[in-house]
Amino acid sequence: MTYEGWILLTACLVGISCGTVGCFLIIRRMTMLADAISHSVLLGIVLTFLIANSLDGMYMLIGAAVIGFVTTFAIQSLHQAGVQEDASIGIVFTTFFAIGVILLSLFAKDVHLDVEHALMGEIAFLPLNTHTLFGFEIPKATSMLLAITAFTLVVILLFYKELKITSFDAALALTLGLPVTLIHYLLMGLVSITAVGSFDAVGAILVVSMLVVPGVCAYLLTDRLSLMLLYSCIFGIASAVFGYYGAAWLDVSISGAMSTAGGILFLFTWIFSPRYGLLQRLTSAVST
Amino acid sequence: MHALEVKDLQVAYDKKAVLEHVNLTIPKGSLTAIVGPNGAGKSTLMKAILGMLKRSSGHISVLGKPYSPKNRNVGYVPQRGSVDWDFPTNSLDVILMGRYAHIGWFKRPSKQDVTLAKEALQKLGMEAYANRQIRQLSGGQQQRVFLARALVQDADVYLMDEPFVGVDAKTENAIIDLLRELQQKGKTVIVVHHDLQTVPEYFDHTLLLNRTVIANGPTELVFTKDLLQKTYGGALAFFTAPDDRISG
Repeated sequence: MTYEGWILLTACLVGISCGTVGCFLIIRRMTMLADAISHSVLLGIVLTFLIANSLDGMYMLIGAAVIGFVTTFAIQSLHQAGVQEDASIGIVFTTFFAIGVILLSLFAKDVHLDVEHALMGEIAFLPLNTHTLFGFEIPKATSMLLAITAFTLVVILLFYKELKITSFDAALALTLGLPVTLIHYLLMGLVSITAVGSFDAVGAILVVSMLVVPGVCAYLLTDRLSLMLLYSCIFGIASAVFGYYGAAWLDVSISGAMSTAGGILFLFTWIFSPRYGLLQRLTSAVST
Repeated sequence: MHALEVKDLQVAYDKKAVLEHVNLTIPKGSLTAIVGPNGAGKSTLMKAILGMLKRSSGHISVLGKPYSPKNRNVGYVPQRGSVDWDFPTNSLDVILMGRYAHIGWFKRPSKQDVTLAKEALQKLGMEAYANRQIRQLSGGQQQRVFLARALVQDADVYLMDEPFVGVDAKTENAIIDLLRELQQKGKTVIVVHHDLQTVPEYFDHTLLLNRTVIANGPTELVFTKDLLQKTYGGALAFFTAPDDRISG
């Protein structure tokens, strides 16, 4: 595959994995948690590097999953101790992220990790770092994202019912004997590994836009959760493709262009959605 | 055997007791109203019974066995405001959620589950709204969807938190018909109820609650002016004006 092809494929995988996981954050009204986890993941990566002394993907995934769990748990504990939920999110992730930044500048100066990279990602250079898998030479980030996307889709397919009912009515789920807390942490685990997988490509800040924007667009177009997931994937891919070619055309950051493309797609959907679009609402207001 | 037995239940928020020394039994096959002023702990009692709130102490039995969600013998209808009605789903889909425990892990609803859900919709006069997004339903229709969902759970004991609040007359009639039908099938229905005027008409058993059980028994014995006065304290003035119904 061409250099360009690898970048596009990687970007599309970010779009798919973030797009599907993000839908569940949106319907649970927890998009701020995406922000929290995507930033805390930096601490997870740095700590994993310091402990394992490796930037290998598997270690990173474990580190990210652990820190995602710790972040969610810390936010919940603070909230239960009487701090407002949005404030607990604000306290926890900024602190974790700041510790990550300090550790990074203290101990990990010489490695392929720096703050700018952590914030913005650098998808343009990802195809340079390859390994051989089943006889194919494939960029490391791409193979990791392939695995993460496949895992995410399988988990969502297997636990679709449970993810849906705990999102809509946790009280009912509890009386039906479902492990509500476990499913919550399962979702947070998915968010964490998706965030760490996309981290290299688009960075901690823009991964939030990839997690939130495609799902919000899809939400405006359908009343079915299954279709929302599908549309969200399509919006994620569209943001990736438009973003890539937009960046090539204007010679700007690819991850920045991807998020901007997502923003523009959202604006169009918000205005023109036949169900909940602005125009639809205006015309129905006039006609009644 | 009692449908529900609660022994020495205590619940506290921030060390402040909300429910104290709650002991009660609800007879099997009864239609029971839980009545008490705002802040009496009615919803808290239901949530504590179902294990959604941490109990400081207490033991709950359902039909002679310690309560566990795994037994699937208790159906819960939460307050309408407790869920997000903007959720991307429709009426039929919400009702199918009541079947999820029966369906089991990794499986999709079967034709039989869908048939049951459609029958429940029909029973509540909602068949025309099966594919309607739930935000687009009226308050009464939303409540009927919740009840249809409880119906397909096929439980033995139902706990319902204020199903009559904010609903139209048509829905109120549909709900009470359904509760009576459940009772005829030998089910036990326990309802947090706000409207004192309709208690004697709708319910054969009544529990008066104000942080602890004030009285518990057949409605004609419990629903007396003295005991209500004891439950509501000075706040019972409205009861003398039959037309002045309180709402949620």
